[in-house]
Amino acid sequence: MSVRAEFSLPLEGRVAAQPTGGVASMAATFRSDAAPERAHPTPARSVPTLPSRGREDAAHAYAAAASVPDPEVPCVTIADLGILRSVEIENGVAVARVTPTYSGCPAVLAIELAVEAALREAGFEARVERVVSPPWTTDWITEEGRERLRAYGIAPPAKASNSVRALFGETDVACPKCGSHETSRVAEFGSTACKALYRCESCKEPFDYFKCI
Amino acid sequence: MTARAKIDQTALVTILLRLADDHLILGHRLSEWCGHAPMLEEDLAMPNMALDLIGQARSLYQYAAEAEGEGRTEDDLAYLRREREYLNCLMVERENGDFAHTMLRQFYFAAFMQAFWDGALESADETVAAIAGKAVKEVAYHLRHAGEWVVRLGDGTEESRRRMEQAVDALAPYVDELFEADAVSDAVAEAGIAPDPASLRKSFERTVGAVFAEAGLETQAVPYGQTGGRRGLHGEAMGYLLTELQYMQRTYPGAVW
Repeated sequence: MSVRAEFSLPLEGRVAAQPTGGVASMAATFRSDAAPERAHPTPARSVPTLPSRGREDAAHAYAAAASVPDPEVPCVTIADLGILRSVEIENGVAVARVTPTYSGCPAVLAIELAVEAALREAGFEARVERVVSPPWTTDWITEEGRERLRAYGIAPPAKASNSVRALFGETDVACPKCGSHETSRVAEFGSTACKALYRCESCKEPFDYFKCI
Repeated sequence: MTARAKIDQTALVTILLRLADDHLILGHRLSEWCGHAPMLEEDLAMPNMALDLIGQARSLYQYAAEAEGEGRTEDDLAYLRREREYLNCLMVERENGDFAHTMLRQFYFAAFMQAFWDGALESADETVAAIAGKAVKEVAYHLRHAGEWVVRLGDGTEESRRRMEQAVDALAPYVDELFEADAVSDAVAEAGIAPDPASLRKSFERTVGAVFAEAGLETQAVPYGQTGGRRGLHGEAMGYLLTELQYMQRTYPGAVW
């Protein structure tokens, strides 16, 4: 499964002067035409109350940042996943706040650079800030996001994160292909930090499960 | 900016480095399994857990560098200190041994850290609480994963049981050090920044007891435990580990991606 195919490294020199220093050479950007259907209207939940011109800008900036697909799971955007916390215009600069999924998620940097590139492409001076608290939880994945994951073949996370705290706790995971609940876990850790590997006992298909945290 | 409890900066930096070093060194040890695990799923699982640990270490080093305020970066702290400046506990630096030894060590560490992060969620220091908020969810997976292996191997074949019992014996002298308290950990606990390690023993023993009961294993009492890691005194394995860990930065100082 070539999940990385949708973003290319390194990209155009347009992403100039990254504040992240040495890692700047990893500059990634996403072609907006790679995912036309993702330009769905996004609830501008974090748009601050500003004079009308500013509010328009903030909504525009939010839409630009929200359209960035997740580099590891490109069927969903970072807004779908709840990784994008807010976009605000501060002193003329579009400030996007993103929260990492896992402490060691290698996609965090690619996401931050892609958001910055998307904002610049939309005509904004841009800055991306990493927010760690409150910690990201799979409960922040939107209903649309869950549906898209399922359509892509990834079972969305079980709701109510606390269930994983129970040692040896069992989770009910439905097969994203046939809907059967007769599934079994093959491996707790899958192709990325956020996924586990499952198998459907009814249709016999293996599938990824987006782990609940 | 963020709420920081009033405390001697040196104590804060020291406690952050102890934690960060535990995570970096254990993460490095786990990553050594990449490509060598006994089965494909484990070949994914161990580097996945290593990634979590190194991610947690990064957050801790970043904060330590900031709190120290001497212009050092997370990379300086992770890659450019000398052996005697690393403050990790001795358990994490031990060579991997076989799979049973690696998994039992992982289980012990996760059982300890789960109790620790649970306590740190209420930290008076916002950054520590934020790091704990992420880590506590990740460590729950590590604990479950390693715990299942301890049961499967302990309650498995004659050979797997023998290996797991050997691991219990081999690691027994390194358990006490996890709960060691000193002036630094006392100061940090008093300021409400992180739990007193000694206070976590009950929770640790409950977790270990439940899993060992299912695995049919018994803990080994040792006359005295190994100690020294928190003061920078390490075993023979540490030098070799650092040689590999630091190779790139020592050979190409300042190298970046």
